[in-house]
Amino acid sequence: MPEVLDVAIRLVVIVIAFLTLPLIIGQTEHKAMAHMQARLGPMYAGGFHGWAQLIADGVKFVQKEDVIPAAADRRVFSLAPAVALVPYLVVMVVIPVGPGLFGADLDAGLFFVLAVMGIGVLGSIMAGWSSANKYSVLGGIRSAAQLMSYELPLVLAAASVAMAAGTMSLPGIVEAWQWWWLPWQAIGGVVFFVAGLAELRRPPFDMPIAESEIIMGPMTEYTGIRFALFMLAEYVGILVLSALTTVLFLGGWQGPILPGPVWTLIKIFVLAFVVIWVRVSFPRLRADQLQRLAWVGLVPLALLQLALTGVVRVLIG
Amino acid sequence: MDGYFSSYAIVAVLFGIGIVIFAGALLISRGLRPSNPTPEKAVTYECGVDPVGDGWAQSQIRYYVFIYLYVVFAVDAVFLFPWAVVFAAPGFGMTTLVEMFVFLAFIALGILYAWRKRVLTWT
Repeated sequence: MPEVLDVAIRLVVIVIAFLTLPLIIGQTEHKAMAHMQARLGPMYAGGFHGWAQLIADGVKFVQKEDVIPAAADRRVFSLAPAVALVPYLVVMVVIPVGPGLFGADLDAGLFFVLAVMGIGVLGSIMAGWSSANKYSVLGGIRSAAQLMSYELPLVLAAASVAMAAGTMSLPGIVEAWQWWWLPWQAIGGVVFFVAGLAELRRPPFDMPIAESEIIMGPMTEYTGIRFALFMLAEYVGILVLSALTTVLFLGGWQGPILPGPVWTLIKIFVLAFVVIWVRVSFPRLRADQLQRLAWVGLVPLALLQLALTGVVRVLIG
Repeated sequence: MDGYFSSYAIVAVLFGIGIVIFAGALLISRGLRPSNPTPEKAVTYECGVDPVGDGWAQSQIRYYVFIYLYVVFAVDAVFLFPWAVVFAAPGFGMTTLVEMFVFLAFIALGILYAWRKRVLTWT
């Protein structure tokens, strides 16, 4: 019985984190972006600096009519938000916050994470195709091309960490982590983070969504709660990407003085802030620039990192 | 509920919770939202003009090439993982390192080939 209770508590914590942390990141984005652009951002909802803005948005979305276009492929159309959202929740089960603080320790954890995150991508392709809208189809195909291209550097950079740690279990990787991995795995870390950013289709990699030219791409036809779930998926994605970069490249819960989980959260939120910062700072990349960056930039860098990791590991160990 | 598969059982439970969250959100929304579908609302949205032709338009072949490239490399990359975990174990050392460079050379050659064939240039 205590075992079941233990698992239940872990799952409840994961679900709470899944439902609240993305809102905190979203609110931070509202405010940080506004101040970077010399605006105030939300100021009214909830009173203090508009802290309840996203809750108000959620309440509004829930009450909106759910319009499904007559031309759409109804079943695929209505399932797509779930396909985009649920994989990120499932990935959160293996992310360690502190020593012993994780949902489940899978021995193939890293592999599991990469495999399951790949499913989330299908959501936007499904949405794009089933909408039967020219913008959506364009967006869906751009999504597919972009995610295919950036999956490879992502996987190679992650493999470099598995080589360094000699394990694919995420808690195992954090335990094996030493401070000198920072310079050693730096290239891999940057490649992983940039490729992850592209996987999330966040600006400057938001060519598939490009609201100013193809009107949110795959999400053009979505309204109400389904659209809100797509948005939630995007912010959970930021959370998961930041958490994975933290665990793989920044030593997770390791750090002086403060307790482990605090370090993990600090690192996650610093990275999430970088995601927001990048969004405000860089213009959108064109489709061909996107592909060039992936194939001519990130893939060779990831291969270089693999070579570096291999040589150092064999010569030292 | 013990042994190797118990941790995967937790994953399965969490997957179930994910489905429940999605279904629950839709259910709550169904209770709160109006439902008044009209033919005008259900028209495909294309800048407010009546849509011309079918939604499933044709697209560029170059996207197909990228996906083809990806499949080639991703299959290689999958085999990297089991190797990565054991390559520095006692008794391997130099041999596996040389093998890694052979592997990297193959991938690099593949990209070089694609680049020479001008697959990576936008037309």
